[in-house]
Amino acid sequence: MLKSLHIDPMKCTGCLQCEMACSYEHHGVINPSKSRIKVFSFEHEGRKVPYTCTQCSDAWCMHACPVEAITLDAATGAKVVSESVCVGCKVCTIACPFGTINYVSDSGKVQKCDLCGDNPACATACPTGAITYVDADWTGLDKMRQWAAKANTAVAAD
Amino acid sequence: MGWNRKVLRVNLTTGSCTVEPLNMEWADKYLGSRGLATKYFVEEVDPKVDPLSPENKMIMTTGPLTGTMASTGGRYSVVTKGPLTGAIACSNSGGFFGAELKFAGWDQIIFEGKSPKPVYLYLENDKAELRDAGHLWGKTCWETEETIKHELHDPQVRVSSIGRAGENLVRFACIVNDLHRAAGRSGVGAVMGSKNLKAVALRGTKGVSGIKDFKEFMKVTAEKKKVLADNAVTGQGLPKYGTQVLMNVINEIGALPTRNHRDVQFDEASKISAEAMHEKRPTDGKAHLVTNAACFGCTIACGRISEIDKGHFTVQNNPKYWGASGGLEYEAAWALGAANGVGDLEALQYANLLCNEDGMDPISFGATVGAVMELYDLGILTAEAIGVDSPFGSAAALARMAEMTARGEGFGKELGEGSARLCAKYGRPDLSMSVKGQEFPAYDSRGIQGMGLTYATSNRGACHLRSYTVASEVLGIPVKTDPLTTEGKPELVKAFQDATGVFDAAGICVFTSFAWTLADIQPQIQAACEGDWSLEKLNEVGERIWNMERQFNLAAGFTAKDDTLPPRLLKEPAKTGPAKGLVNGLDKMLPEYYQVRGWTPEGVPTEETLARLGL
Repeated sequence: MLKSLHIDPMKCTGCLQCEMACSYEHHGVINPSKSRIKVFSFEHEGRKVPYTCTQCSDAWCMHACPVEAITLDAATGAKVVSESVCVGCKVCTIACPFGTINYVSDSGKVQKCDLCGDNPACATACPTGAITYVDADWTGLDKMRQWAAKANTAVAAD
Repeated sequence: MGWNRKVLRVNLTTGSCTVEPLNMEWADKYLGSRGLATKYFVEEVDPKVDPLSPENKMIMTTGPLTGTMASTGGRYSVVTKGPLTGAIACSNSGGFFGAELKFAGWDQIIFEGKSPKPVYLYLENDKAELRDAGHLWGKTCWETEETIKHELHDPQVRVSSIGRAGENLVRFACIVNDLHRAAGRSGVGAVMGSKNLKAVALRGTKGVSGIKDFKEFMKVTAEKKKVLADNAVTGQGLPKYGTQVLMNVINEIGALPTRNHRDVQFDEASKISAEAMHEKRPTDGKAHLVTNAACFGCTIACGRISEIDKGHFTVQNNPKYWGASGGLEYEAAWALGAANGVGDLEALQYANLLCNEDGMDPISFGATVGAVMELYDLGILTAEAIGVDSPFGSAAALARMAEMTARGEGFGKELGEGSARLCAKYGRPDLSMSVKGQEFPAYDSRGIQGMGLTYATSNRGACHLRSYTVASEVLGIPVKTDPLTTEGKPELVKAFQDATGVFDAAGICVFTSFAWTLADIQPQIQAACEGDWSLEKLNEVGERIWNMERQFNLAAGFTAKDDTLPPRLLKEPAKTGPAKGLVNGLDKMLPEYYQVRGWTPEGVPTEETLARLGL
């Protein structure tokens, strides 16, 4: 079964455990500035929103890369950057409509979410279930269940 | 490790920024943050120094767990001599500023001297730079943060700043970071203002790499996060209701100080409670509470984000306050509400917003308003003198006094001196509900006896965060004790004081102590920090911190006579509730406390105690 990261911003408290976990998984340090998932805070609305690569099937970044440094991990569906192939031209960062592939000046390469080889550290670290790793075909299951729970209730029957 | 081993020293007089290695010998004895920075402070500063003079110093400091995946590892502290108390001050804040300081590669910043003109410090990894803040002077904390982010072209910069209260040397001014977190108590913001230091802006992209045993650290911090998640208080109560969960509980047990401690129960407590924040308002159909929020790395998320009623008289013509913002927390809701007899939730949030916006401690501010309302009630202060009719319960008076104090207008200047100086000026020093000049927080020590001893002996003046015996006396954590008796309280207070010192020194939030004991923190420190950190050693660190702070205060001129409570709590019995007829039994607890501490009957640590702790 292919799985997807599923983000429910309503549950996010903005603690950044996900960013720390991501940076530790990929860089061996606790450093949110190196994280591939970012939590955005919209202070005046009180909203926190984690955001990362959605692993497009027909991925702009992959098509744009002139050296084929971005390839599909068939096991997870992740589009993965090969650091040894990447030349740091940043064309992928322009091609991606969502901004979720980014240049890292320290390494001179780009980085993006790779789903941690089917065990995303961000989802494991999230204390509230705002980030989960679920069946890719059923990312809407929770929402469907919530709406289903409202059907056929006393209020609906009135 | 755990530490970056790097200290920035900023001499504001000369404008120089220098790098020093962290004193690792001291780190081994004082751990970090409150402990380690206080050690630096007492070594470098004359205890008799005027807190608002250039000779006072101010240290922004982190602990070894700050900026790590240990839950709540986002705390930083500000250590200085407090202008409200004249005692050692250590004010602790969450948000994201502390972790960013670690990510920039530092453990602490020592500020000394006084800048000839307003400046702010910009720290980008290794690069430290004092920049002109002339254009920021006169701005609020919120405007300052926004302006700095804009001029640095960096929305990810983290800012701690003072507002107009700090500039005006309000004695309970705080330092605000991330819009609504604050190093709140003892007037640390006024010290910053006295140094012409408007703000500190940080950007750190180095991260924390120096964990002794990363694999073990990740494993044990994950286990301990589960302990917090599985606990009813840290896993359910605090995230859902915030600290405000206490309002109705403390009111019911007759320990909610009301109308400047005239009463111990507030008939409108339910209107300003957590439950009220969840309810839909009749005016606009919306709940006051928008969501909960976490500080850096916190898996509890007790923070409250609320939206004020746009039609409320305080803000109806002022859209800048209409957005979501921080509050109300229990202490603020109590100090702005019950302490003044005000039961209007929206008015409390308005006053709270002003406290956040211009950097004031809502506890000391609210309690000072309570004292003013009593002076007004007694006819000592008039509406003309104050500038507004100020009977107990007046939301309009509360709102007006918050505006005046934040902006340094009229009678606001007197309010900004705090209740002890204000009440003394008007001939009624007994009406200041404070210890060592700092106002009480939200627990009446007639209904929770141990808190009387906590307040009387707290090294930074009246405070609940130095020994939260409420946990034991009310909530039964870790064991239930009777709140109405004094028996066993000296040992209890000492145990809480020493343990709390370790939580603070580690760089984590004391709220974890609802679920964690030192035994839960010990393996996290052990995995992060070099050296051997046994439970015994940590206990000793806590006791050492306490005695070090005590020594500073004694050298500053405090004596056992200052370890007391206002006469109201010692002589006027509680009128209602379970504590009806009781006063605080401090005289029964204090001598025993000195004994348990290994201090003389005059409250001075004995040679033997000092030698045992290596002081």
